[in-house]
Amino acid sequence: MTNNKTKKKRVYLDYAATTPVDKAVVKSMLPYFTEKFGNPASIHSAGTEANKALEKAREIFANYLSCDLSEIFFTSSATESNNWALKGIARAYKNKGNKIIVSSVEHDCVLNSAKWLSQNGFEIEYAPVDEFGTVDLEKLKKMITKETILVSIMHSNNEIGTLQPVKEIGEICKEKGVLFHTDAAQSFGKMPINLKKVNIDLLTASSHKIYGPKGVALLYIRKGTLIEPLLHGGGHERGKRSSTSNVAGIVGFAKALELCLKEMQDEKLRQTQLRDKIIKNILKNIPNSHLNGHPKNRLFNNVNMRFDFIEGEALMMELDNKGIEVSTVSACASSTLQFSHVLLACGIEEKYAQGTIRISLGRYTTEKDVDYLLEVLPKAVEKMRKISPLNVENWKM
Amino acid sequence: MYTDKVLEYFRKPKNLGKIKDADGVGKVGNLACGDMMYLYIKIKKDGKKEIISDVKFQTFGCVAAIATSSAITDMVKGKTIEKALELSKDSIIESLDGLPPIKIHCSVLATEALAEAIYDYLSKNKRPIPESLQKKHDQVIKSNEILEEKYEEWVEHQEE
Ligand code: FES
Repeated sequence: MTNNKTKKKRVYLDYAATTPVDKAVVKSMLPYFTEKFGNPASIHSAGTEANKALEKAREIFANYLSCDLSEIFFTSSATESNNWALKGIARAYKNKGNKIIVSSVEHDCVLNSAKWLSQNGFEIEYAPVDEFGTVDLEKLKKMITKETILVSIMHSNNEIGTLQPVKEIGEICKEKGVLFHTDAAQSFGKMPINLKKVNIDLLTASSHKIYGPKGVALLYIRKGTLIEPLLHGGGHERGKRSSTSNVAGIVGFAKALELCLKEMQDEKLRQTQLRDKIIKNILKNIPNSHLNGHPKNRLFNNVNMRFDFIEGEALMMELDNKGIEVSTVSACASSTLQFSHVLLACGIEEKYAQGTIRISLGRYTTEKDVDYLLEVLPKAVEKMRKISPLNVENWKM
Repeated sequence: MYTDKVLEYFRKPKNLGKIKDADGVGKVGNLACGDMMYLYIKIKKDGKKEIISDVKFQTFGCVAAIATSSAITDMVKGKTIEKALELSKDSIIESLDGLPPIKIHCSVLATEALAEAIYDYLSKNKRPIPESLQKKHDQVIKSNEILEEKYEEWVEHQEE
C-alpha cells in the first residue's frame, strides 16, 4: 500500500476491527452467487450441489476444532452466536439454576446479552480480572455455585489482546458441572484450538476477523448440550438455527480458515516480531506511555498503548490524517461517553484510560508499515501534548 | 462523522498555545469525559471599548473539543468583551458546518472557557461582573476543583 501523488498513503492497522477479504476467498465464493446458487435445503440437483459445498465447509471447521460435523452451527455474526449461546442456554437450563457468570472484560454483545437476561429473571455475576485482564481463577472457582448454569469467558480480549486461561477455566467448569462458553472471535484461526483437549461446550467464531466475508460466523455446540433456538423457522441447521444458509459466505469463511491454517506458524512468528518491535520502540521513545494488557500472554497481532495527558480520539484522528488507521476506546470516542469497561476492570484509572489506542496487525502489515507508524506516532503524540494543557509548564499559573 | 471544517481546525489549530502575561485565563473541564480547556486573553483598551487583542487556547480532549476551542479563538479575536460574551455555542457549531449531536457538549466547553477568561479579567480589575457570567462561573469552579484534584499528581510526576 504505497503512495503516489493522487493517492494518500494508507496504513491499515485495525485488523482486530475487521480484515479485508482475501482474494482467494473472494474467488472461492463467486460460483455460489451465480451458477451454484441453489438452496441447500432443496433436494434437487442445484440444492444438492449447494448442500455439498456447505457440508464440505463444515468439515473444515470440524477438523480445525477437532469436533464433530454436527456440532458446528452457522450464524450471521459473532454477536448472534454470543446472543444465542447465552440466551439459548439460559432458557434451556432455567430449571437447573438461574446464575450465569461472565468475565468483566467481555465484548459488549456478551455483556448486553447478559444484561438482558438479568432483566428476565437471571442473575449475572462478573468474574474479576487482574491488572493484565486475566481472569482470576481462584475467584472464579468460588463464584460457581449450584445455581450456576453457564460460564462465558472470552478466549482472548478484543481490546487489549490478553489470552485467557481457557484450559484451566474449562477444567474448573467440568469439575463443577457447569457449561462453558467462550467467545473466540479474536483467537479463531490464529492458534490451534483443540476441543478434544480443552473442555469447551460452546465456542463463537467469526469470518470477517480472518479475511473472510462479513455476515458469517459460527457457534460450536457440544453434542448433548441443550439449547433453545433464537430463530424459529424452516428448521435449518438441524432445527437449531433457521434461515436459508448463506452458502457463498460459509464457503468463503471456510476458505479463509484454510488460508489462516496454512500460514499460522509463519504469521505468528512474523507478527509477534512486529508487535514486539512496536511495543518496545514506543515504550523507549515516547515518555509517559504504557502498555495495556499482558506483556507476553497476548494475541500476536495486538498492541494497546496509552499515552498520558492526551485523548485517544484526537490521537487516532491525527494518525488518520497521516494515513494510519488504528482504533481507540477513549470515553470521548464512545457513543455513550463511557470509559472502556475493559481498562477499568484492569484497574486502570479513568484519566489513564483516556489516551488509549489499539494498533492491530494483520496479513498485509509489512515491516515498512511498522516503521512508518513508528516514525509518525511520536510526532503525533507530541503534537497532541502541545495542544494539551496537562503539562507541568501550563498547569500552575 | 466530522465535517471538513472541523477536521481543518483540528489539523491546523489556530491560536494554539499560551499567553504568558495574559489579562484573563479561563480554565474549564468536563466531568463526563474528563477533558480540560484553557483559554488565555489579552485585552486592549480603545477609548471606552475593551477589545480582545489576542487569544490562545490549550485543550485536553477530543477532535471536536480541539476544533471548537480553536474556532472560538478565531471568532472572538478583535471583538469587544460584550460582543464576545454574546457568542453562543450554536454560532460556533454553525461556523464549523455542524457537529455530531454527542459532541455538542464540547462546544459548550469552549464558550465556558471564554466566559471564564473574561470573568477572570473583570474580577482581576475589580470590575462589576454581569449576573449571568457570575452564575456560569459558580457552576464551572465546582467541576474544576474535582478535575484539578484528579490530575494534579499525574501532571506533576510526568517524565521529561
Ligand atoms: S472532549 Fe470528550 S467528547 Fe469532546
